[in-house]
Amino acid sequence: MPDVDLKLESVRSDFPALHQEVHGKPLVYFDNAATAHKPKAVINAIGKFYYQGNSNVHRGVHALSQAATDQFEAARRNIATFMGAQSPSEIIFTRGTTESINLVASSLGGSILRPGDEILVSEMEHHSNIVPWQLIASSMGATVKAIGVTDSGELDMESFRSLLSDKTRLVAVTHISNALGTINPVEEIISLAHQANVPVLLDGAQAIPHEPVDVFALDVDFYCFSSHKAFGPTGFGVLYGKEALLEMMPPYQGGGDMIDEVSFAGTTFNELPHKFEAGTPHIAGAIGLDAALAYINHVGYDWIGAREHELLNYATRALQSVPGLRIVGTAPDKAAVLSFVLGQNHPYDVGSILDQMGIAVRTGHHCTQPLMKRLGLPGTVRASLAFYNTKEEVDRLVVAVQKAGSMLS
Amino acid sequence: MKEVPTIEALSQTLLEEFLLFDDWMDRYQHLIDLGKELEPLDESFRTDVYKISGCQSQVWLQPCSDGDNVWFKADSDAQITKGLIAILLRVINHHRAADVVTANLTFLEELELKEHLSPTRKNGLDAMIRQIRLHAAHIDAHGAA
Repeated sequence: MPDVDLKLESVRSDFPALHQEVHGKPLVYFDNAATAHKPKAVINAIGKFYYQGNSNVHRGVHALSQAATDQFEAARRNIATFMGAQSPSEIIFTRGTTESINLVASSLGGSILRPGDEILVSEMEHHSNIVPWQLIASSMGATVKAIGVTDSGELDMESFRSLLSDKTRLVAVTHISNALGTINPVEEIISLAHQANVPVLLDGAQAIPHEPVDVFALDVDFYCFSSHKAFGPTGFGVLYGKEALLEMMPPYQGGGDMIDEVSFAGTTFNELPHKFEAGTPHIAGAIGLDAALAYINHVGYDWIGAREHELLNYATRALQSVPGLRIVGTAPDKAAVLSFVLGQNHPYDVGSILDQMGIAVRTGHHCTQPLMKRLGLPGTVRASLAFYNTKEEVDRLVVAVQKAGSMLS
Repeated sequence: MKEVPTIEALSQTLLEEFLLFDDWMDRYQHLIDLGKELEPLDESFRTDVYKISGCQSQVWLQPCSDGDNVWFKADSDAQITKGLIAILLRVINHHRAADVVTANLTFLEELELKEHLSPTRKNGLDAMIRQIRLHAAHIDAHGAA
């Protein structure tokens, strides 16, 4: 359809970093699950803030500070609306998904866990959704249990049902797997957990860039994502939490902005969301993410979803035609992530040769060592696509993988 | 005893050998082929004790010495890393420990393979060079165990 191609061309022209050469070849950027490129709208919003708006938030009486505060809190309201939160006070600004999870682990885990309690994660989690729970569990005498994963890279729901018990205090799973692209049945997970009165945290780092998320409709208790994977700046992220839960949780870090009144007799804390935001926040980060989410709305999740689905099907078929290539992660419901192994070749070798051909992929364990162990692999080569990628780029990947295969044989 | 050329001379030869290739594909193919010709490491040294963990690929390193000279045997699970090991060992093996400690290995950076040689690449090679120097320094100070 010519109109779709026109839109693609226009969308691609919004991302300056896509248009460069690497090792003398036009860049093919297939490392979007690690971080996505930024549209001009985001770069300009951040630039404009530092050029003209720069001031600290919440404290100043002067005009610039008031303007910065207005912009910062408008970003919070927009982000709340974007993900279906009922109130901006349910949106906590963090450094990213990792810090969002650490915040819940430390604050909620540190106040509710008792010896013998259990936290359920899954075998497909990113280390960021495993290690924070291990740290808090070990200090509270609790344990972390892992829901199994099937050979096709899907959550084993039988395993989940059997692990969910009266000892379970929290379920923390990924919405979409970073290593395989599997989209997990989060509605069912939340419903089963809630039947057992257990709150659920979703790691949405890989979901927000690709599909609409409505935390209210999901009835999820905590939802975390990172700005930089959603076309926004690095060093910034979001924790959504249901207000009632956030209210009962103690502060995470102490410092400025999170206090009501400080005295040596005892300090009282600020209201939500500021209770969890100690210190000067990443103001430009909030403004940049606000611009990134506005950009996603402008492009439209319908178009994004349709394009990525088409790219995924095209790339899956094309890669399957390469001799010796095996796609790892074959769930029927998948985001546009193609993890694969090429015969007995080490992913590092394949990735290095692809790099020489101008193609950026990720190789290794993708910070999911338990998953790789479960699948019996040292790692994979991962091509993770975004809506701005093209079928021509997929064709170049296929040629490059074939070349790598012949060079390494 | 056969005369071994100096580390500098061996580096120079290697560099000239690689500069014969004018495109990356031939350079990489040569590197991969050198890796395939690497003297095999005995299975008994492919253990955690001899392992140098990289984020991306692993290296196993067996240090050897006769009290004056040092040499190494090594292996990797990745072919490109193995090729890099082959060129490194070709240059430093069978030299006096003191010479290995102070060896100038900047030729590695001139090979146009330098994207593999930065510490951030995490293929274990950078850590391997550090390990080689440490071992050589130990032999230099104390002789063979």
